[in-house]
Amino acid sequence: MNWVVRRIINLVLTIFISVSVTFFIVRIMPGNPIDTLIQEYLMEGYSYREALTAVHSIIGYMPDQPLHIQYIDYWKALLRGDLGRSVSLATSVAQILGFAIPWTVFIVSISLLLSFALGVALGVYAAYRRGSLFDHSISVFASISRSIPPYIIGVVFVVFLAVQLRLFPAYGPYGGGVTPGFTLQFIGSVLYHAALPVITYIVTTFGGWMLAMKSNTVSVLGEYYVVAAKARGLPDRRISLTYVGRNAILPLFTRFAISIGYMFGGVVFVETIFSYPGIGSYLSYALRVRDWTLMTGCFLLITIAVVVSNFVADLLYSRLDPRIRFSAK
Amino acid sequence: MEAKGLTKMKKGISRELQSWVSQSRFTFKILKRDRTGLVGLSIIVFFALMAIIGPEIYPLEMMPHPEDRFLPPSLEHPLGTDFAGRDTLAQIIHGSRSVMTVAFLSGLFVVLISIVLGISSGYIGGKLDMVMMRIVDVFLTIPSFPLLVIIAASVNRVLNPVEIALIIAVVQWAGLTRAIRSQVLSIREENYIESVQCLGLGAFHIIFNEIFPSLKPYISMSLCLTIVNAIYSQVGLYFLGIMPYTSVNWGAMLNIALYRQSGLLNTKVWPYLFSPVICVILVQTGFILFLHTLEEIFNPRLRSEAA
Repeated sequence: MNWVVRRIINLVLTIFISVSVTFFIVRIMPGNPIDTLIQEYLMEGYSYREALTAVHSIIGYMPDQPLHIQYIDYWKALLRGDLGRSVSLATSVAQILGFAIPWTVFIVSISLLLSFALGVALGVYAAYRRGSLFDHSISVFASISRSIPPYIIGVVFVVFLAVQLRLFPAYGPYGGGVTPGFTLQFIGSVLYHAALPVITYIVTTFGGWMLAMKSNTVSVLGEYYVVAAKARGLPDRRISLTYVGRNAILPLFTRFAISIGYMFGGVVFVETIFSYPGIGSYLSYALRVRDWTLMTGCFLLITIAVVVSNFVADLLYSRLDPRIRFSAK
Repeated sequence: MEAKGLTKMKKGISRELQSWVSQSRFTFKILKRDRTGLVGLSIIVFFALMAIIGPEIYPLEMMPHPEDRFLPPSLEHPLGTDFAGRDTLAQIIHGSRSVMTVAFLSGLFVVLISIVLGISSGYIGGKLDMVMMRIVDVFLTIPSFPLLVIIAASVNRVLNPVEIALIIAVVQWAGLTRAIRSQVLSIREENYIESVQCLGLGAFHIIFNEIFPSLKPYISMSLCLTIVNAIYSQVGLYFLGIMPYTSVNWGAMLNIALYRQSGLLNTKVWPYLFSPVICVILVQTGFILFLHTLEEIFNPRLRSEAA
């Protein structure tokens, strides 16, 4: 099977299963949220018919129809881009998500790039000085920091750096007195407010990049073409960049997929702790108030973001390394 | 006939025992040289003991004592008291039981699921393998923590540790299953498997006596990593405050400290806020350090490099 076709099948299948899982979780579990919602309307004095219509206007399908018709109606609404109305915020879920997604993409992409760059740089450096004190301490630090949950690091940062030392703002996407627009002041404020969430991400993710880059570099350093390059008297800088670096960095691109998934997963914590108005914040808000339409909307959007960026990362990787395209046939 | 069988069994047991003794002696030797591994193991043992016997000797009292609220650490309250004048150390100790139980059970479930699915997928191959790997792909792509919170939030009652561990295992089994399957694929091509097949020994023998032993190192390392992930997930679940709970839990303590006691602004909350923070950091560090030593034990190449 063609490699790209297989990736596309995986993409479609993943989205399909996520949608189905969320539908059935919300719809068929005993004491499920939709039934609870109907109950709430009945308690407020609505008639059963009115309650059903009210719920229909929220979720986009009729809760008293057979399950498969509800399921099909749910899909129809989704394909129209209709994610239902938020139970607690009285606007459409799509609108809320449209407001939230830029902030999340902004934070996640900046963190991903910075932690990648930092991890690669430290990894190469540690590989060249392997066995040194720097190598040992940075390797131990990297593997420990990677395993500490982002909410733990976020809490420590917010308490010390934001509240006690007042070095960084503790919440929000930009300062209160700043008007959004293409001004230097606004951009500066946005970056300043993004600093702590981004640093939290970097601390928890650079370790993976660093350790992988280190072990790749160490194994590339043992290759004959590196020895040959040295024998030819090429400058060290050129050897480390074009001979060692380029070959060692290649396998890291396969990790992008895992890393993107991890970061979108961690978004729930990081944005909640720093009150950053992205999807993660809305998801954790929706979870707390049991706003099911908003919750499933956030989940679907996160899944789609992860799946699509995985797909793009895979395509890029196959561009960079032709062996992938040919070996997978 | 019977006596012969008995001596054979005895011999078998003594051989097992011998190999176990020599193995643990060897492990101990590496641990002695490798200080970080020893530190890691001590941390794990410390928290395991805290979880097993701690609650029996250090009672938890959740009755509020408003006159004792936010006491600083003292002999009577080693970690101070919370907003209702209750002992923080007692909550940490009793919380460790639920954290460690869920972590261990999730690790066990993930490992069991992955062994069964991974080995059968890799060994049987064919259509089963293809279908299984498509499912694994899907589970690997769906972001696991958001899926976990949705499932956890949809169950509207207090869950016991086994149920929480099962939910965590459901979102985490895919990675290890894929890894075990690819290991089995490569082991299956080894010469010694071929010779065993020529001897006419059945699939059962091949899987349990030939393939499984070479998977053991990998599985025990993965168990460590799965436990680390499980602690991340469950403390996170309680931290977000989306699951009802009855007993104390580190994640719930974090949530209460930050969002109900304004732990951000009030420095008097710090002992209560940072106790679970430090415990989580310590446990995770312990498992990661121990994992490094396991890697060295099972991978002689790393060992000689370190020496």
